[in-house]
Amino acid sequence: MAEHALAIKDLTVSYRRVPAVHHVNLLLRCGRCVGLLGPNGAGKTSFLKALAGLVPMETGTVEFGGHNHRHGPASYTAYLPQRSAIDWDFPTTVRGLIEMGRYSALGWWRPFRQIDREKVDKALEAMELIDLAERQISALSGGQQQRAFLARSLAQDAHVFLLDEPFSGLDRPSQDLLGQILKRLAAQGNLLIVSHHDLRMVPALFDEVILLNGELVAYGPTEQVFSEEAIARTYGTHTFSGART
Amino acid sequence: MSNGWLHLFYAPDMLRPLFAAVLIGFTNGVLSVFIVLRRLSLMADAISHSLLPGLAIAILLFGLAPATLVAGAFLAALLVALGTQIIANSTRIKEDTALGLLFACAFSLGQALLKLAPAHIGISEYLFGNILGLSDGDLYLTYGITFLVLPLLVLLQRPLLLMLFEPSIASTQGVPVRTLKYLLMVVLVLAMISSLRAVGIILALGTLIGPAATVYLFVDSFAVMFWVSGFLGAFASLLGLLVSDWTDLPAGACIVLVLGVFFLAGFFLSPRYGLLRRLRKGHLHAQSLARWEGEK
Repeated sequence: MAEHALAIKDLTVSYRRVPAVHHVNLLLRCGRCVGLLGPNGAGKTSFLKALAGLVPMETGTVEFGGHNHRHGPASYTAYLPQRSAIDWDFPTTVRGLIEMGRYSALGWWRPFRQIDREKVDKALEAMELIDLAERQISALSGGQQQRAFLARSLAQDAHVFLLDEPFSGLDRPSQDLLGQILKRLAAQGNLLIVSHHDLRMVPALFDEVILLNGELVAYGPTEQVFSEEAIARTYGTHTFSGART
Repeated sequence: MSNGWLHLFYAPDMLRPLFAAVLIGFTNGVLSVFIVLRRLSLMADAISHSLLPGLAIAILLFGLAPATLVAGAFLAALLVALGTQIIANSTRIKEDTALGLLFACAFSLGQALLKLAPAHIGISEYLFGNILGLSDGDLYLTYGITFLVLPLLVLLQRPLLLMLFEPSIASTQGVPVRTLKYLLMVVLVLAMISSLRAVGIILALGTLIGPAATVYLFVDSFAVMFWVSGFLGAFASLLGLLVSDWTDLPAGACIVLVLGVFFLAGFFLSPRYGLLRRLRKGHLHAQSLARWEGEK
């Protein structure tokens, strides 16, 4: 089987002609959990949204397995917004949330089939949410909420997971569990791109890192790229107390 | 009231308003789910007021013909919405300010224009409706709009649910979010036009918010909320009409008051999200966790 990869060529994203991300070239292989690091305003969210097809690309292309993102977003991509962007009071249970993932495959009208129910159950199981399936989503902890959204993406049969700050606001045990789950998803052949700001956790969480500050500063395996010097370059003149210990 | 309230059901001239009220109640009840969950209540309020100048001009030019009324109302709503966007995008004035100002101006313009209309068209008809005085034309308009809007909402339930819950994820799943948002606005204006003659511009808002606001206090499923809000809207309209007949109070007001009473009951008594439950059990999050633990 040919190696799957997300090919990003010359990607620029602008808001009102002010570029947020410029001319990024990257080839990201599946089966990795990739950290997306950079200071506030570095364009991390814009980068993820462009990959998800949510904001227009000013220049460049994004391709995955022969599919070009210019033709609209594709169901193999799952975008998980920051938790603060979600209305947690929405009338849905965990199971209802995960069922939404199946709608990409089912279209607007086709009823749920046995295979859809199985996929939802499998996603619940993989994300360790079976006991919580009938809960309303606000009655979950932060970590459980992240896992519920991951389960939705799994039910959608996504291969590329774009996560915007999934670890923020989680307590330590939840962070550890989410970290393990992300690694497991990567080991199953998925590509995970995870924006993140707590640099202390980076070596433990990510196989590879992208250092971004408007433009691409560095990309590669964590142990090679994640150095004091590269961090200093990414974060400019800011001093940084959170570097690896 | 010598022959009791049941006379409503066999008096032919009462069947017409009853039927219209139930249809409007159901359609607006379903639509209220989208207004409540997308937090469009204030927007709906503004739009409802903005219709007036369009209606007034249509009446002045073409009389009470339904087609021109619809066109006029649409045009007015569109102008206010467009004007709001232009002002918000090109100055430091924020959207709520622009919308608030424009709809008040539009409404005033409508009131002034209606003064020019033939004497029998009073503004109070448009504000409060007159369900007992519905003409054939009004009724056909209501039928037409109901049978367009309801199937549309039912068919688009799934993409609409995705869009309501989280627009950005919805659009990665291929939902045309922007188109659906506009469609929802168009449907909202249609529902208002349909309700206009029966319950009036102002009271239509009650039927476009009340049902879902009440049901939202009870259920955690979008599909259940969708249908139950429809039935609650229809039931409240029926009950309101009966109360109106019984008390000789205006029909539109009775319908909205019935909805208000339902909401108040839910607000206090809902077993999950009601005030009494909350007072008894302390903090909401701890309480909801405890609830789920208990149900397991």
